[in-house]
Amino acid sequence: MTTLAATLRTRVFKEESLNRIGALGFVSLVTAALVVAPIVAVVWNIVLPSEATWSHLASTVLPEYILNTLLLLALVAVGVITSGVSVAWLVTNYRFPGQRILEWALVLPMAMPAYVMAYAYTDWLQAAGPVQTTLRELTGWRVREYWFPEIRSLPGAAAMLSFALYPYVYLLARSAFIDQSRSTHEAAQLAGYGVWGRFWHVSLPLARTGIVAGAALALMETLADFGTVSYFAVNTFTTGIYRAWLSLGDAVAAGQLATCLLVFVFTMLAIERRQRGRARYAGKRNPMPPQPLSGWRAWGACALCSAPIAFGFVIPAAILLKLTLTNPEVQFGAHLYGLVFNTFILAGIAAVAAVAVALLLAYAARTLTSPLVHGANRVAVLGYALPGAVIAVGILFPLGIIDNAVIALLREYFGIKSGLLLTGSLVALIYAYLVRFLTVAFQTVEAGLTRVTPSMDDAARSLGLSPARTLVRVHAPIMRGSMATAALLVFVDVMKELPATFAMRPFNFDTLAIEAYNLAKDERIAEAALPALVMVAIALVPLVLLSRQIAASARRSRENIH
Amino acid sequence: MLSYALTLALLSWSAVAQTQSKTLNLYTARHYSTDEAFYSGFTKLTGIKINRIEGGEDALFERIKAEGAASPADVFLTVDVARIWRAEQAGIFEALKSAVLTKQVPAHFRAANNTWFGFSSRARVIAYDRSKVSPGDIARYEDLAGPKWKKEICTRSSSHPYNLSLISSMIHHLGEDKAREWARGVAGNLARPPRGGDTDQLKAVDVGECSIALANHYYYLRLLRSAKTEDRALVERVKIVWPNQNDRGTHLNISGGGLLKTAPNRDGGIKFLEYLASDTAQTYFANGNNEWPTVKGVKLDNPALEQFGRFRTDSLPLAKLGETQAAAQKMADQVGWK
Repeated sequence: MTTLAATLRTRVFKEESLNRIGALGFVSLVTAALVVAPIVAVVWNIVLPSEATWSHLASTVLPEYILNTLLLLALVAVGVITSGVSVAWLVTNYRFPGQRILEWALVLPMAMPAYVMAYAYTDWLQAAGPVQTTLRELTGWRVREYWFPEIRSLPGAAAMLSFALYPYVYLLARSAFIDQSRSTHEAAQLAGYGVWGRFWHVSLPLARTGIVAGAALALMETLADFGTVSYFAVNTFTTGIYRAWLSLGDAVAAGQLATCLLVFVFTMLAIERRQRGRARYAGKRNPMPPQPLSGWRAWGACALCSAPIAFGFVIPAAILLKLTLTNPEVQFGAHLYGLVFNTFILAGIAAVAAVAVALLLAYAARTLTSPLVHGANRVAVLGYALPGAVIAVGILFPLGIIDNAVIALLREYFGIKSGLLLTGSLVALIYAYLVRFLTVAFQTVEAGLTRVTPSMDDAARSLGLSPARTLVRVHAPIMRGSMATAALLVFVDVMKELPATFAMRPFNFDTLAIEAYNLAKDERIAEAALPALVMVAIALVPLVLLSRQIAASARRSRENIH
Repeated sequence: MLSYALTLALLSWSAVAQTQSKTLNLYTARHYSTDEAFYSGFTKLTGIKINRIEGGEDALFERIKAEGAASPADVFLTVDVARIWRAEQAGIFEALKSAVLTKQVPAHFRAANNTWFGFSSRARVIAYDRSKVSPGDIARYEDLAGPKWKKEICTRSSSHPYNLSLISSMIHHLGEDKAREWARGVAGNLARPPRGGDTDQLKAVDVGECSIALANHYYYLRLLRSAKTEDRALVERVKIVWPNQNDRGTHLNISGGGLLKTAPNRDGGIKFLEYLASDTAQTYFANGNNEWPTVKGVKLDNPALEQFGRFRTDSLPLAKLGETQAAAQKMADQVGWK
C-alpha cells in the first residue's frame, strides 16, 4: 500500500516538476546562487597562481594545524553529543526536582559567545587569576611548583566550544525525543528491552537525524571559530588561513586553504547524507509520559542537567558581572543604548530574512526532484563552516564589482553621480549574515518540514489544493514552531557575529559584539565585560521564549493524549 | 512593498553618510575611548564631522580594495607599520606634498614617497621580575636568546604584528641567518607556548610564571595609571628596560595613516592628517593611550610617560619592517615560535 502511494507520488512530482521548476525552482536557484556567490569567490582562488606560501606552510606548521583541528573537532563532537543528548533525554523522559526550569534553562549557554566565555574563564583561571591566587595563599605554594590545568590550551578551547555549542544538539535531540511515539517504545518494551536498551536501540537511532544536524552545526561553528582558538593560541586550520592571508600577505593561498576546508565540510556532510540514505521517520506524535525519578537518581539527574548551565552560563556570567562591578572605568550611558538598538535591528532583520530564504529553499527541495536545486541547496549551507573574515572578503569582492558597474551605468546613461549603493549598507551586511547563517535556519526548517508527512501532502493535493495553498494551509501551521526556532537561532547567532560585522558595517554603526571585541582586543577585558553581559542578557529573551515554547508544545501533546 | 520601502531606506542610509562634503570618512584600526578627544577636537576646529568605521586593518583594507574607485573612505589609519606598508604597496594611498606633514613627522616615521605618516609610536620593551633579574642582565633584544633564560620568557604568538615587526627589525639589523638563530633561541627559552595578550605576559611575570616578558610599553603604563590597586602593585614588582640603549636603540612600531587616492573629500582628508601631526593632537596620543608622539618637542602632558624620560629609539626607516614581514613569519614558523 505504502509502496503504491510512494510510486504514485514520485510520478506525480516528476511530471509536475518539469512545469514548476520554472517558478519555484527558478526563484530558489537564483536565491541559492546569491548565497553561493561569495563561496564561489573564495573557491575561485584555486585557479590563481599563488606564491610559495603553500610549500612553506606545508613544510612547517600545516600538519600540526590539521592535527589540532581534527583533535578539536573530535573533542567538541564528544562534548556536545554526550552532554546535549543526555540532558535532552533526561528532561524529556523523566520528572525530577527542577526539571521544569532546567528544561528551558539548558539553552542559556547559547547566549554566551564562546570567545566571551574564553575571556571570562581565562581571567578567572590563569595563574594571575583569583582561583590560583587563592590556592597559593591557602597552600603557600608558588607558581610553577604545582600543576594546574591550563585553560588556554586545546582541551580548554574544546571545553569552551562544547559549553557554548551543546545547546544545538540539546534543542534538536530534545524535539526528536518529544516526537517519538509511545507505541514504538511499548513495542520495544514487549521485545524485552530495558531502559538502556530502548535508549540505545530505539530512541537514539530515531533521534539520529536531529542529533547529527545539531552536532554538524556545532562542528561547523568550531571549524569557523577564530575568536576562541586565537585567544587560546591553539593553532587550527583557520589559523593557517589567517596566517597565509595576514602575516604572509598571500590572499590567494588563504583562499585556496579555505577551499580545502570547504571540500572537507562538503564531503563530511555528503557522507552523512548518504549514510542516512532515504530513511524517513513518520511516526505519530504520541510521546511517552515522563517517568518520575526518586532518591539519588532524581538528584543525580538534577545535578547532571545543572552542570552544563553552570559551566556554560552561570560561572562565566558571574565572572563578567564581577568584572563589571569592580571596575571603575566601566561606563553606562547613551552609547550603550545605541549599541543595543543597532544589535536589535541587525539581528531582527537577519532572522526574518534567513527564515524566509530557508523556507523557500527547503520547500523547493521538497517539491522538486531537480538535482540542480538539491545540489544548490547543499552548497548554499556551506557558508557556516567558513571563517567569517573569509566570507566577508568573498562578499566584498562581488559586491564591489556590482556597485562599481552600477555607478558607471548611472553616470554613463543618466548623468547621475552616486556613491556605493550596496557596500557599506545594511543590506550588504544582512546578505553576509544570510551567507553565514542560512544553514542554521535551513537545517531547522528542513527538520520541521520532515515532520509534515508525505501523506499530508498527498491528502492536501488530492483535495485540490495548489502547492502554494498547501504551504499556507497545511505546512505553515505545522511549521510554525520550527520557523520560530530558526528565527530565534539566527537572531542569537547574528548578535554574536563578529568578522562580517567588522568588515561590512556602515559608518558609525557599532554593535554590542563589536564593542566587546574591540575592548577585549585592546586587552581591556574588564571594560569589555559590560557590553558582553548586555549582549548575553538580550540573547536570553529569545532563547527563553524559544525554550519555553518547546516545553509547552511537549506538554500540550502529552495532555492531548491523557 | 514594506520590504521594498525598507530596502530603499537602508540603501539611502548608507548613501547619505557617503556623499556629504562637510564630513570626513575614516576607516581606522584604532579603538581607544580616549581617541574621542581628538576626533571632537578636529570637528571643533574645522567644522568637519567625522564618520568612522573601526575594525581590523585587514578587513578594512580588503573593503577599500573591493570598493575600488567608489570607496567613500578618505583616510585609512592602522596600528601596525607592516599593514600600512602593504596598503601602500597596493597603491591605495596618494603621495602628499604637505609642508606641514613633512616638517612635523620625522623621515623614518613616514613613507619615502610621503604616502603615509606615523603619528604615534609604541616601543616593544622587555619586562622583568625585579626580584629575579637585575637590569644589567638583560639590556638588549639579543639577550633574550641567551642560554641563561631557558624557560624564563613569556610572549604572545609570533603571528601578532607586534612580534612580527620585532623579528622583522632583527632581520634588518642582524641579517637573515643571525636573526633566525636569535628567533630560535627565543623560541627555545619560552616558559610556555605563546598565548594571551601583552597584559597577560606582564601578569605572568608578576605571579612568577616566567621572569621576563615582551610587551608594548603602553600596556605597562596603563597598569601604572590604573585606578585599581592590584594593577599598580604589579608595577612595583615588574620593571621594564628599554632595550639596546647602547647601540641601535629600542624597536618602535607606529600607528599611522594616509589619504586614499579615491578620497571623495580630499581636502578634508589632508586637513585631518595635518591635524594629527599638530601639537594638540599629538598631546592627545600621549595622554590618551600613553603612546609617544612622533613629532619632536611636543608637550606630553602625561607624567607617567615623562617619568620614563628620553631613551634612544631605533631610527631604521619603519617602511623597511613591512618588506620583511612575510620573511619574519616564515622564520618564526621554521624555528617553532608558535
